[in-house]
Amino acid sequence: MQAFAELLDRLVLTPARNGKLRLIVDYFRATPDPDRGLALAAITGDLDIPSVKPAMLRALVMERMDAVLFAYSYDYVGDLAETVSLVWPASEEAAEANSIRLSEAVAQLRSAGRADGPAVLVRLLDRMTISERFATIKLVTGGLRIGVSARLAKQALADFGGVDVTEIEELWHGLKPPYRELFGWLTGKTGKPKLLAAAPFRPVMLSNPVQDGDLEKIDPADYAAEWKWDGIRVQAVAEKGVRRLYSRTGDDISGAFPDLVEAMAFEAALDGELLVGHPPEHTGTFSDLQQRLNRKTVPTKLVGQYPVFVRCYDILREGKEDTRALPFMERRKRLEALVATLDPSRFDLSPIVPFDGWATLDALRHAPPHPVIEGVMLKRLDSAYVPGRPKGPWFKWKRDPHVVDAVLMYAQRGHGKRSSFYSDFTFGVWSGPEDAPVLVPVGKAYFGFTDEELRLLDKYVRDNTVERFGPVRSVRAESKHGLVLEIAFEGLARSKRHRSGVAMRFPRISRLRWDKPANEADRIETLQAMLD
Amino acid sequence: MQPHELLLPRPEGLYCPPGDFFIDPVRPVERALITHGHSDHARSGHRHVLATRQTLDIMALRYGGDFAGSTQAAALGETVSLNGVSVGFHPAGHVLGSAQIAVENEGLRIVASGDYKRAADPTCAPFEVVPCDVFITEATFALPVFRHPDATREIATLLKSVEQFPERAHLVGAYALGKAERVIRLLRDAGYERPIFIHGALTKLCEYYQEQGFDLGPLEPATVEGRGGAFAGEIVVGPPSAFADRWARRFADPVACFASGWMRIRQRARQRGVELPLVISDHADWDELTATIRETGAGEIWVTHGREEALVRWCELAGIVGRPLHLVGYEDEGD
Repeated sequence: MQAFAELLDRLVLTPARNGKLRLIVDYFRATPDPDRGLALAAITGDLDIPSVKPAMLRALVMERMDAVLFAYSYDYVGDLAETVSLVWPASEEAAEANSIRLSEAVAQLRSAGRADGPAVLVRLLDRMTISERFATIKLVTGGLRIGVSARLAKQALADFGGVDVTEIEELWHGLKPPYRELFGWLTGKTGKPKLLAAAPFRPVMLSNPVQDGDLEKIDPADYAAEWKWDGIRVQAVAEKGVRRLYSRTGDDISGAFPDLVEAMAFEAALDGELLVGHPPEHTGTFSDLQQRLNRKTVPTKLVGQYPVFVRCYDILREGKEDTRALPFMERRKRLEALVATLDPSRFDLSPIVPFDGWATLDALRHAPPHPVIEGVMLKRLDSAYVPGRPKGPWFKWKRDPHVVDAVLMYAQRGHGKRSSFYSDFTFGVWSGPEDAPVLVPVGKAYFGFTDEELRLLDKYVRDNTVERFGPVRSVRAESKHGLVLEIAFEGLARSKRHRSGVAMRFPRISRLRWDKPANEADRIETLQAMLD
Repeated sequence: MQPHELLLPRPEGLYCPPGDFFIDPVRPVERALITHGHSDHARSGHRHVLATRQTLDIMALRYGGDFAGSTQAAALGETVSLNGVSVGFHPAGHVLGSAQIAVENEGLRIVASGDYKRAADPTCAPFEVVPCDVFITEATFALPVFRHPDATREIATLLKSVEQFPERAHLVGAYALGKAERVIRLLRDAGYERPIFIHGALTKLCEYYQEQGFDLGPLEPATVEGRGGAFAGEIVVGPPSAFADRWARRFADPVACFASGWMRIRQRARQRGVELPLVISDHADWDELTATIRETGAGEIWVTHGREEALVRWCELAGIVGRPLHLVGYEDEGD
C-alpha cells in the first residue's frame, strides 16, 4: 500500500506525461501481483469497491477529535480526504513497521457488509501511514483525480511490456482486475491473453495531417474524399447479443448512450463519428454533443433534447467475418449495404465527396457545406484498415483555424521545464461601450509559440506586472498599453461558466502582434458572431 | 511577581522590565537577547546583543561585523544576571546556535522558546526541556494537520526520484540558514557522495557550518561554466525564491523540490509548482508542540508566531491556561 500511496502522491504533482509514464512503469516493475493490477484498476476506474459517503467519514473523524480543532484543520486544508488522512490519530512509526498490502486492504473493504463497513475502514485507517490513509480514503470515496487517464495507464502498460498500445486496447475489455494474465504476458512469463470478450474493441485507424509536399506525391484518382465531421470518433460493436459503444481509445461509453445502443440491431463492428441531431437534415454542433459527453448515465430529458447518431465511416467486422484486411472500397460497399438496413435516425453514411483534383478539394475544404465539418479526409481506395497512424493511406486536411486578436491579461508560471517561465497565458477581448471598453477574458493558451517567443513573452510579463497572486501575474492591459496575441482556435461554444459567455476549443497563440495597438484587438461581438 | 511583570509584549518585542532587556526585538533597542539567527528574530542595530556564539557569528555573516554596538556570547546551560534577573540559554533544536531563553526572577521562570523542533537534526544541538511556570511557544505549524514525517524518509524519496529521473536536475528549495545545511547533511548520511551544487546565497553559511565541524561533503557552485548548463542527474540546492526566477533556467528539465513543513499540504505544493515536496521542517509539528507543552510542566502557555487559535484551543481542552501573545513585526522565515 505504501508504494501505491507514494505513486499517487507523485502522480498528482507530476505535470509531464512522460514523467507520469515513468512513475507508473517503475511501479509496475517493483510491485508484485495482484497489487499492481489492483492499482491499475484504481487508476482506470475499474476497481469495484464499496463506497463511503463523505458525511460518514466526517462522522468517524469527529468521534476521534475535537470538533473545533477539526474545523480549523479542514478550513485550512480544504480537502476532506486530505484533512482526515492527516488528523487521524494513529502512529506513523507503527504503520511503517507493519505495512499493509494494497490487495489486503482491498480484500477487507470488499468483504465488509453495509453494517460493518465503517468499522472495517476504521481498522484499516488505524494501521496506515498518512499517505496510505489518503489513498484509501480516495479509493472509498470514489475518484482518485490524479490526472491520469485510462489511456495513459494503457500507454504505461505498453511501455512496461514493450508492446504497442493498440494491443493493450484490443485486449482490455476481455480482462478483469487484477489482470494477472496481462502482467504475465507483459513480463514474458505467459503467452498473450486470448481475446475472449464478446464485442471487443478494435484499435482505431488514424490519419495524418496533410503537410507541405504530401499531395504532390500522391494521385487524386487513388483516393476517396469524405467530410471530416466534428464529433467524437466511436466504434459501435454488436456481436452475439452484446452491444458496446467505444471511444476511439477503447473506453466503453455505452452507459451514456442508451438511445443509440438500443438501435444497434446488427452483427458488426462499425467505425464512425458520434454526433447530435436528426440526420440527415440536422447535425448539431460540438457544443450540443458536449451535453452528452463525460457522463456515466444520462437523464431522459437530455436524451430527448440531444439525440445522438453515428455517421458511419467504416466496417471492421460483418457477421463472423473480419473485414479489416479488405480494400477500402470493398468495405465501403458492405458498409453502404448494412447502413441501409438500420434505423436512419441513428445511423447514416458519411457521404463520399466527389472531386477532380486537389484544387477542387482545397476549395471544398475551405467552404464546407455544413458548420459541423472541420475539413476533409482522404482515404486510399485500396487501403486496409490497420490500427494506429500509418503514413500514407489516410490523410486529414483540415480547414484553417479561426483567428482572433486578443490582449494578454494574466500569465501563470509553468511546470517542469517551464517552471521559471510565465508560460500559461490568459487573454481577453474588448467589451462594453466603444468609448470605455473593458477586457473580458476569453481563453487561456500555453503553446503555439517558439522557445524564443516564450522568452520574449516571459520578459514582457515580468516587465509589465501589475499584481501578483501566487504563481499568477496580472499584466498591464489597457487600451493604450498591452500586448496583442493572435489566437488560433478550432471552434467556439456558448459557455455559462465563462464571464465572456464563450469557450474556445483548442486555443493556441499563433502570432505575437508586437506591432498592433491593444485598442485594435477584437471585440467580444466578433466572437459572438461566430457562435452557431 | 506576576508573569506579565517579568515579561510582556511591547511594540519593539518581548520586554523584561526588571531586567531591562528585550528578546528578539524587531526594532533597534538598548539591550537585545536573540534566540537564533533567522532574520525575523535577529536584526541589526541594537546597542548590546546577548546570544549564543554561533548566533552572533551568523548575524555577523549576514549583517557584517558591526551589526551591534557590543556583543556578548552566552554559553548554553549557564546563567547570567541582568539587573538581578537571571537569564539562561538552552538549546532549541531549531537551527545551528538556536536557543530558548529562560528568564527567572523571584522564583518565577518563563521560557521563551524562540523557534524550536524536537525531531532529530544532525546540524544542531537537540531541544532541551526546561521546566518552567510559563512557556512561550511558537505556533508556526500549530494545526493538527501538520505532522512531519521522519526527514530521512523524505531524503530517501528525493534520492529515489534522482534515480528514476537521471536525465533531469533536482532543484531543492531550502532556506539558507539551517534547512539547506540540514538537507545536505541528511543526503550525506544517506550515502549520497556526489558533489552537491549550491546557489550563491548559500555559500557563506555552508562554509560556516563546515568550519563548525559539520561535514557537508563536496559542494560546488551551481554555475553554468564548463557544465554545459545541464546538471542532469545532479542535486542543486538553493533558496526557494531562486527557483521561480530566471536563475533556474540553466538546469535540464528540472524537478522542482521544496524542503518545508508547508509541503505537507498538497495544495501548497501545487500552488508553488512543486513537483516533489519534501516535508522537512525546522519547526515543531502539532504532536511535538503539544508534547513539549506538557513536558515543560508550565501552568500557563503564551502562544505566538503562527496559528495561535488552535493551540490555545488545545490548551483549553487540556486544562492549561493558554493565551496568544501578540507580537508585532514577526513574520515567517526559515520554513
